[in-house]
Amino acid sequence: MGLVSGLIAIPFLTTLAVLTVPAARWRAIRWIAVTGCAIHLILTAVVTALFWQQASADVATMKTALLTKLYLVEQVEWFRSLGIEYFVGIDGISMAMVILTSIIIFTGVLASWYVETRTKEFFVLLLTLVTGVFGVFVSFDLFLFFMFYELAVLPMYLLIGIWGTGPKEYSAMKLTLMLLVGSAFILVGFLALYHASGLHSFNLLKLAQANFSGEFQRWVFPMIFVGFGVIGALYPLHTWSPDGHSSAPTAVSMLHAGVLMKLGGYGALRIAVYLLPEGAKDWGLFFMVLTTVNILYGSFGAIMQRDLKYFTAYSSVSHCGFVLFGVAALNLMGLKGAVLQMFSHGIMTGLFFALIGMVYGRTHTRNIDEMGGLARRMPWLAVMFYIAGLASLGLPGLSGFIAETHVFLGGFFGNDWTNVTVMRILTILSTMSIVVTAVYVLRGLSRVFYGPIRNSHFEHLDDAKLPERISTGVLAAVLVIAGVVPWLLIDLIEGALMPILNRLNGSIAMTGF
Amino acid sequence: MTEPAGIVLKNAWLIPAIPLASFVLVGLVVRPLSRRLAGIVATAAIFVSAAMAWILAWEYFSATPHGEPTAVIPWTFEWLRYQTGLTVKLGVLVDPLSILLMVVVTTVSALVHLYSIGYMHDDEGSGRFFTWMNLFTFSMLGLVVAPNIVQMYVFWELVGVSSFLLIGYYYQKPSAVAASNKAFIVTRFADLGFMIGILILGFYGFRLFSELGDAGLQPFDFAFLTSPAVLERLATMHLGTCDISILTLSMVLVFMGAAGKSAMFPLHIWLPDAMEGPTPVSALIHAATMVVAGVYLVARLFAAFAASGTALMVVAYVGAFTCLFAAIIGLTQDDIKRVLAFSTLSQLGYMMFALGVATVGHPLGYTASMFHLFTHAFFKSLLFLAAGAVIHAVHTNNIWEMGGLVRKLPITHATFLVATLAIAGIWPLAGFFSKDEILGAALDGGHPVIFAVGLLVAGLTALYMFRIYFLTFWGKFRGMVTDPVHEVPALMRVPLVILAVASIVAGFVPMGRFVRIGEEHHAGINLAVAIPASILALIGIGLAWILYSADGRRAAQCTVRMGAFYTVIKQKFYIDEAYLFVTRRILFRFVARPIAWFDRHVVDGGVNLSGWIARTTGSVLRHLQTGQVQVYGVWFVGGALLVLLILWAGWR
Repeated sequence: MGLVSGLIAIPFLTTLAVLTVPAARWRAIRWIAVTGCAIHLILTAVVTALFWQQASADVATMKTALLTKLYLVEQVEWFRSLGIEYFVGIDGISMAMVILTSIIIFTGVLASWYVETRTKEFFVLLLTLVTGVFGVFVSFDLFLFFMFYELAVLPMYLLIGIWGTGPKEYSAMKLTLMLLVGSAFILVGFLALYHASGLHSFNLLKLAQANFSGEFQRWVFPMIFVGFGVIGALYPLHTWSPDGHSSAPTAVSMLHAGVLMKLGGYGALRIAVYLLPEGAKDWGLFFMVLTTVNILYGSFGAIMQRDLKYFTAYSSVSHCGFVLFGVAALNLMGLKGAVLQMFSHGIMTGLFFALIGMVYGRTHTRNIDEMGGLARRMPWLAVMFYIAGLASLGLPGLSGFIAETHVFLGGFFGNDWTNVTVMRILTILSTMSIVVTAVYVLRGLSRVFYGPIRNSHFEHLDDAKLPERISTGVLAAVLVIAGVVPWLLIDLIEGALMPILNRLNGSIAMTGF
Repeated sequence: MTEPAGIVLKNAWLIPAIPLASFVLVGLVVRPLSRRLAGIVATAAIFVSAAMAWILAWEYFSATPHGEPTAVIPWTFEWLRYQTGLTVKLGVLVDPLSILLMVVVTTVSALVHLYSIGYMHDDEGSGRFFTWMNLFTFSMLGLVVAPNIVQMYVFWELVGVSSFLLIGYYYQKPSAVAASNKAFIVTRFADLGFMIGILILGFYGFRLFSELGDAGLQPFDFAFLTSPAVLERLATMHLGTCDISILTLSMVLVFMGAAGKSAMFPLHIWLPDAMEGPTPVSALIHAATMVVAGVYLVARLFAAFAASGTALMVVAYVGAFTCLFAAIIGLTQDDIKRVLAFSTLSQLGYMMFALGVATVGHPLGYTASMFHLFTHAFFKSLLFLAAGAVIHAVHTNNIWEMGGLVRKLPITHATFLVATLAIAGIWPLAGFFSKDEILGAALDGGHPVIFAVGLLVAGLTALYMFRIYFLTFWGKFRGMVTDPVHEVPALMRVPLVILAVASIVAGFVPMGRFVRIGEEHHAGINLAVAIPASILALIGIGLAWILYSADGRRAAQCTVRMGAFYTVIKQKFYIDEAYLFVTRRILFRFVARPIAWFDRHVVDGGVNLSGWIARTTGSVLRHLQTGQVQVYGVWFVGGALLVLLILWAGWR
């Protein structure tokens, strides 16, 4: 078994380890979980180093490559009769997403340090979910991809239904059903690809060399894009997100908004745009319009929210709009901005939800209007909240700025097959969100943390404890690092974007099929 | 021509880097240990930076005594690569303009830090205060040395956030919180224009770079964007079929950002409220440094504004209007800091229109603007610090609750008077020379209306400044406070005295030798301007004496006679109310709330509806599955009959 399989295996083995411990020993369980996640972080660092060592040699050749180059590949035939393989590997985009997920699950476990109801089941489901997420990010066989995708989505139902708050059954049901409808679109799209290619294979790299007709691409591209769009909160299919996030327990919100929503952008980029470039060209503008709506609508929607989780969920709708907007812009800066935004939003929103959980655990309310003056009692949490908030409004020096300017420049520069004037108008409309975001972030945060303490019960609350400080501190540090030394991420992902871009720019004839 | 060189110049990156290091050190290490030590470390760091800035100025100007000033970039590295050929290199640009600002920023910042050690002595949160002050100084220096427009934007936002943090320093006070949010959001709105301007410049700069670019430059570099070849091309490109060139469009958008930061009408509303911050913050950020960033940006891009012409006229008229508008409001305010804030607006208007009336052929206004920026930094920060000393002593901001402080606060009084005379433009203090140069530039540049406005405001400046001077220091003490009034401690006197000296001598600096476009010019005193301006200033002082010397009784009668007119001015022409109406009543009520409702009821309703349809269909169909063979039989026979019926119908 190779290192990449290890990325999937560690959370899985941790799940098994948790299963062997009696439920009463919940303290041991959380230690096992956090140890597993720490080992995973180390492994991720090793894989990143190895990946970078090999990939940096290929930077020049990738500039003209048409086929994604994978590293640390493991390929085993699985069902020969159906052309299904166990095919995993890493490229720059996967690497960025794996790093993101590894950080989020580690900090998420620390943020759930004080979950005391059914701790065992909670961590089992959480780790199962994250096994699926890692699987998705390293799979390059569509069947395997889909299998892991479903593994990531389904535990959500139980996690929200059991450990959630508020109308949790309704939210869990709605979220699961909407995502399954998205899955159905994806599955149909995958099967269409499988049959139309005539290659008798689910291997992504083989499918990339198939000659899909323009007519076929025009039909299948929107199907796959919308299917992934559901989980990427594409307007108007985003409504599972506010309810789902607000009902979910802390670590689940973190993983869900931080990582699962990224599966949408990842799939749209990796599969829809990569395999169906002609379809992408036809539909690019349409999806840019929808995502512009996403961006503005989410940010305006957030202004009126009184519940901190709804507030963050609408903010996520707006920020995930940037991901899909960048993808739909179909040029280097747009695609790069999309991946950067996936990473940035993942960390930022993970931090948001971790903090909301910590504040809620103390105040027992998430209503913004019932809070006030908390900064005096919880300075650490206040500072962390402001760092997340400033990242979300795109303050330079934090990761959001890097991602957003890429997306804006991508949208503004346009591409060769779309009406550039329309793209520019959409981009300028999207830039307006930087003002609206400032409005809701600052108004919301100042109401929670500033001013006099309005509720006398809050006079005795305490600040973050050590596990909580580590959790939020790590996330905030990542936001700063990604914003101050942006080239770390950019160098990582740029090479992997080139084949996608070259396929868009070159014609299909260039692939030689 | 010799290339300027020197040990400090080679290491000029240290000037912003030292405050950064100090920010990290103080914020993470020193502050939790001791807040006193935090203040000392933070202050020491800025003093080192200031010393370096002065040495840098000496090294640079002694190398180029009279030659054409050259821009040097002693340190740069690639920070952000958007795509091949579109990269952002962070760097330190050393040219006369950036040196001027570095000197001003570090000097004022160092003195304000020193003053703050005394001012914040009893404040439990002073560690936090000094951390943010260091962050601000770093950000401002990063802005000043920016060689490209993206770095400018990056630090532009960082100064915005440090200003936000410092205005909201008293975070338990709702008015301070509201003011900090307002400051950030209003400037953010302005920055939207800046951002779109950067997008446009980035796109066209990138396109033109392949044919016009120089080695060593990047499309975002100021040096590239203001090169004649690029400007010529940008000026001939048009926005679709409109009669607006790309150059004008982008410069007007960039100016929107500048107007936000420099609080030009109608984006000025945040600055008076920003006085909620501690007084040293007002002195440093909202008087001497951050608010001049907009003026600095226009000066940096002056060639581009000048090439557009239209954009430069926008600058000139917005500046002149703000200059007059703010001076009028300044006459009516009761809060000493707010009067100073409106005064700052008015003086920024001077700097702005001075740039606006300059042309490449007649660049006196450019020098004059930077000259005024330089002198204003000293006397305005002094005014704030002295006002802070007064507030410290009497615990109120309201000038009607002061009075008679001349004997109780002799040093504060003396320094405040120096600064007041300087801003009023009385010879031989600093403000006289720089204002004279601005007015001269407006007159010679062929802008009689703007010149007249400038002249009138010179009189108004003297009037509103001596109004607060007389009300604060003369007459009887009108306050409620029974505590004995104390003069500030020695630590706080030092910066007051140093700034007072600077306010006296700064006017003798031959700015035309250092910061200029084209030939060096020796601007003597322009008597045709100086005499009427001085007379107006003296009339202003005299009027203030008549109205406000006897505890303002005569002014009160005047006020009553002016009636509604006075009220409108005192309410700042209801601009804030207009904004509130647009945001609260229109944007929130008619955009944000409907969207939130629409999402919950229409979009989500659609989802719930499909769920409901599925459920209802299911529950209806459920009744069909009864398990009774007889019922199935009935359905079977019925179905078969239906099929037969259809077949029969088909055959006919």
